[in-house]
Parts: sequence; C-alpha cells; structure tokens
Amino acid sequence: MTTSRLLLFILVLALTAHLPRMIPLVVFRRRITNRFVQSFLLYMPYAILGAMILPDMLFSTGSVVSAVAGGAVAFWLAYRRKGLLPVALAATAAVFVVERLMTWLTMGGL
Amino acid sequence: MKDKRIFMQGMKDGMPVALGYLSVSFAFGMLAVENGLPPWAAVVTSLTSLTGTGQFVGVDMLAKGAALAQIACTVLVINLRYLLMALSWSQRLDPKLGLFQRMLLAFGNTDEVFAVSMAQPGMLKASYLAGLILTPLLGWVGGTLLGCVASGVLPASVRAALGIAIYAMFLAIIVPPARDSKPVMQIILIAAGLSLLMRYAPGLRLLGSGWSVILCGIAAAAFGAWRYPAVEEVEHDDQ
Repeated sequence: MTTSRLLLFILVLALTAHLPRMIPLVVFRRRITNRFVQSFLLYMPYAILGAMILPDMLFSTGSVVSAVAGGAVAFWLAYRRKGLLPVALAATAAVFVVERLMTWLTMGGL
Repeated sequence: MKDKRIFMQGMKDGMPVALGYLSVSFAFGMLAVENGLPPWAAVVTSLTSLTGTGQFVGVDMLAKGAALAQIACTVLVINLRYLLMALSWSQRLDPKLGLFQRMLLAFGNTDEVFAVSMAQPGMLKASYLAGLILTPLLGWVGGTLLGCVASGVLPASVRAALGIAIYAMFLAIIVPPARDSKPVMQIILIAAGLSLLMRYAPGLRLLGSGWSVILCGIAAAAFGAWRYPAVEEVEHDDQ
C-alpha cells in the first residue's frame, strides 16, 4: 500500500465522517419553531438508539445467548435507573460469566 | 472557573464512553494492522475520523483493494445518521457560538457522545461538550494504539464480553426516559421493531445497516411527532 493512497484514504474517511456532523451545526443557527419538527427532533435520538440496539446488540458478543444475558442485565439495571458505567460493567461481567459457563459446558463439564 | 468545572463534569461523564471505546478501538487497531495498515495510519485514522463503523468498513474495503470513490460513498452512507444528530445539537447549542467552535464541537458528535449529551437538561454548554468529547477521543486513539501494539494480547473471551458495553450504555440512556414517558417508549419499540424487520424481512436487508438506522429512526420519530406533538420542552439557557 503506497503512502499517498493511505493518506488519501485517511482524508476520505475524515471528510465523510465530518461533513454530516458539521453541516447542520453550521447551517442551522436559528431555533426551529415548527411544532412537528421540534417534536421530531426531540424523539429522534431515542428512535435512532432503539434502531441501533436491535438487532446489532445480539451479535456484539461471542454468542447470541451471552448477548441476551448481558442485554437483560443491562435492561434490568437501567430500569432501576443505575448509571451508564455500572450498567455497562455489569452487562460485560454477565456476558463474560455466561460465555465461560458455555465454554465449560461444551468442554464436557457435564 | 465555572467553565472549568463544567468542562471537568463533561470529562467525567465521558469516562464510561471512553471505557467502551477502548475495547472497540483496540479491535480496530488489531484489525487495521492485520489488514496491512502501518500503526501510524491506524492511529491517525482514529484521531481524524472518530467514527466506529465507518472506520471498520473503510479499512476492510481498503484491504480488499476498493477504489477510494467507492469507499467514500459507502462510508458516507454509514455516516449519514450524523446529520440527524447534528441537527438535534444545532437546536441545543448556544446560538452565539462562532463558526470555528461549532466545527470543533461537531467533530466529536459520535453516537455515544450524542447519547450522553441527551441526558443533559436545557442548552448544551460548549465547555461541557469539550470535556465530554475529550475523554472518549483519548480512549478511542489510545485504544487504537494499544490494539496495534499489543495485537492479540487481550484474551478473546474478554474482548468478546466488552462488545456489549456500548449497547448496555445505550440501554442505560433510553430505558429511564421510556419508563417515564409512554410516547418515548412507543417510539423506541417502533424503531427497534422496524430495525429488526429491515434486517430479517426478505429483500430489505440489501439496504445495509447504515440506511436502515436512518430510515427506522426517521419513521419512528415522525410517527411520534405526529401522534404525540410535544409541548415546548427545550429550556432556554439560564445564563
């Protein structure tokens, strides 16, 4: 891989990452008053996160089983209004334990 | 001094994001090196792009010898979702902020930083966002470097388990408001349902996950805005 191709590649990734982030911030400097658009912008982040969690969370670990276990732990703690870090760490721990358990079982533990 | 305190608060709120990023960028560093990128290129890519999926897809295509124009189009589609997040930020930033400051802050508007900023009431302070961006950026670049250097040192079991951290964070962000607001809960369920449908319904999968997230997000939020128009909820700056 030549250095010039690498540099162009880095430039392409940086531009495609930043133009969509930058243009709305630079262009829309006034407050939007339309009620529909206001509500749309209020709800949109939740909708985006909802669409990002499913189905991708299910495939974020070594197996769907451990991902479901981690997701369930995260949901339960989030429902109890725990902070971001405890929820993330507890879910990671749950995934780790379930995957160890599954390895142990398939290794002929039973 | 007040600004400094707000900045520190932002850095603190960015900690869980930075931790989540460590694992993902670690994986990126390893993947980049495995795909023939020199470590400096992997680290510079992380520093200048600060985008998860876009970087993974980009490196993958580069390794397969794709044309740069093709890489640009694909990654742009993946990154289009940022348009919506930036639009949302544009309504919550101090209107007096200059062009350069806006461009700098826009740089750090990642999915996770955006998500944490949602939890902040009222207008977003530039000093808060600067802190909230800095810690994740350090985590992202540092993780990439570690991944390049220590390729394969972290056991696969730990790496696999860390994959869930970011999604757990997303849940921690959206579940409490969904508990309090029926419209928000409905909108999240609709978006997630549509997203599943797009992935598993025959034919629709061709769209790819970049488009899918945008379409599902727009559809669910538009439904919410039509069905449950919100009362003026965005507070004005207290300063």
